[in-house]
Amino acid sequence: MTIQQMLVQLAEGMVITTQIFAVTLLVSLPLGLLVAFGRMSKNPVLRTVVKFYISIMRGTPLMLQLMVVYFGPYYLFGLRMGSGYRLWATFIGFSINYAAYFAEIYRSGIQSMPVGQYEAAQILGYGKGQTFFKIILPQVIKRILPSVTNEVITLVKDTSLAFTLSVAEMFSTAKALAAAQTNMIPLVAAGIFYYVFNLLVAFIMERVEKGLDYYR
Amino acid sequence: MKLLELNHVVKSFGELSVLKDISLSVEEGEIVSIIGPSGSGKSTLLRCATMLETMDRGEVIYLGRKAAWTGENGRAVYAGKKELKEIRSQYGLVFQNFNLFPHYSVMKNITDAPLHVQKRDRETVFREARELLKKMGLEDKEDAYPYQLSGGQCQRVAIARALALNPKILFFDEPTSALDPELTGEVLKVIRSLADLHIAMVIVTHEMAFAKDISHRVIFMADGVIVEEGAPERVFSSDNERTQSFLGRYGTIL
Repeated sequence: MTIQQMLVQLAEGMVITTQIFAVTLLVSLPLGLLVAFGRMSKNPVLRTVVKFYISIMRGTPLMLQLMVVYFGPYYLFGLRMGSGYRLWATFIGFSINYAAYFAEIYRSGIQSMPVGQYEAAQILGYGKGQTFFKIILPQVIKRILPSVTNEVITLVKDTSLAFTLSVAEMFSTAKALAAAQTNMIPLVAAGIFYYVFNLLVAFIMERVEKGLDYYR
Repeated sequence: MKLLELNHVVKSFGELSVLKDISLSVEEGEIVSIIGPSGSGKSTLLRCATMLETMDRGEVIYLGRKAAWTGENGRAVYAGKKELKEIRSQYGLVFQNFNLFPHYSVMKNITDAPLHVQKRDRETVFREARELLKKMGLEDKEDAYPYQLSGGQCQRVAIARALALNPKILFFDEPTSALDPELTGEVLKVIRSLADLHIAMVIVTHEMAFAKDISHRVIFMADGVIVEEGAPERVFSSDNERTQSFLGRYGTIL
């Protein structure tokens, strides 16, 4: 197999990796906000349930969670999922895991907001929704951006865990190629890919942070 | 009609009793200063009147409409959400530390609530906002962000923001306590200039000369009760022992 052929196969894996990355972010960023609300809820039952969910997501390996999501339907409910479920299980596992981490980041940001902002909004007559989405959330986003960047960079590398479910993303492909061809090049190429991907993530997030520099 | 009536307001934080049966009323266009030592309950009274704080017992009435009253079980009961929202639109509050929205420009700080809470016409809102900024001496700052302004300028923006909603009564919670003497002067000058807008003002302050000069009525509070109230000349020359011990130094310095 020529290097070109290897690279073509790797490129296919790269597409899947990018998919896992994009879907996870699109789902877990908004889902995390909902989870954060649950975590801060006045309802003690909801709060406890959400707290337990977060502690499981943070306290067990993502690799194990992926396996539970993939094999769970069969072992728990006897459901036979089609082979396409591999990728779906990956999306679900990553999304619920990252939502838990993002929820804690949102919570730290929301709770760090001075109470005066809420009071000013109340006096000016803003409703609860307006207060949150117009006054609080924009400031929270600015505050939590560095932590979010950290998490996003971790996600890029974590996508390689999808190999547990034999999803043909970048890392699984590179590993298979390296073994079959007894060649280091696929692994080196994969490494370069993750690194460049993260350079890009860091660059974009830096731009976003700069974009929010117009106020303090 | 009385703009604001507070009747028998009681509030404690745990064991600490902060307001012990306070009653006061404010007439249309009246300027009332509340003075007194720190910890006497002045700010808490203002926060109960503006419903930022839930009182334990008592009555809050704006323009004859009850916002809160003492229920049968002896605890304060508040009016429904819709009624409270309407009552809230009657008053504004200027905070000690401004509480401007840092991510909004000066203009947006002032215009956002009139536009999106009161849903008033955009052109009118902007015209009025520019007039207010001019009155505050900030006509060149409409695009600035709060962090680019001095404390005194921030407080003037906060005053403009409160006025933009056309309240009938405006509360000030120690509006100059976070400012140095020079900035205090510029803010007090602006508050003074509001006197001819005929908006009722209730001002909690430690600026005695200012309180004496601007108020129609001065209320002296200590230890959660109103010790004395009346025309400024009367309160400032009172022979009440508690009032004298608070104002004593003020009298001798000037």
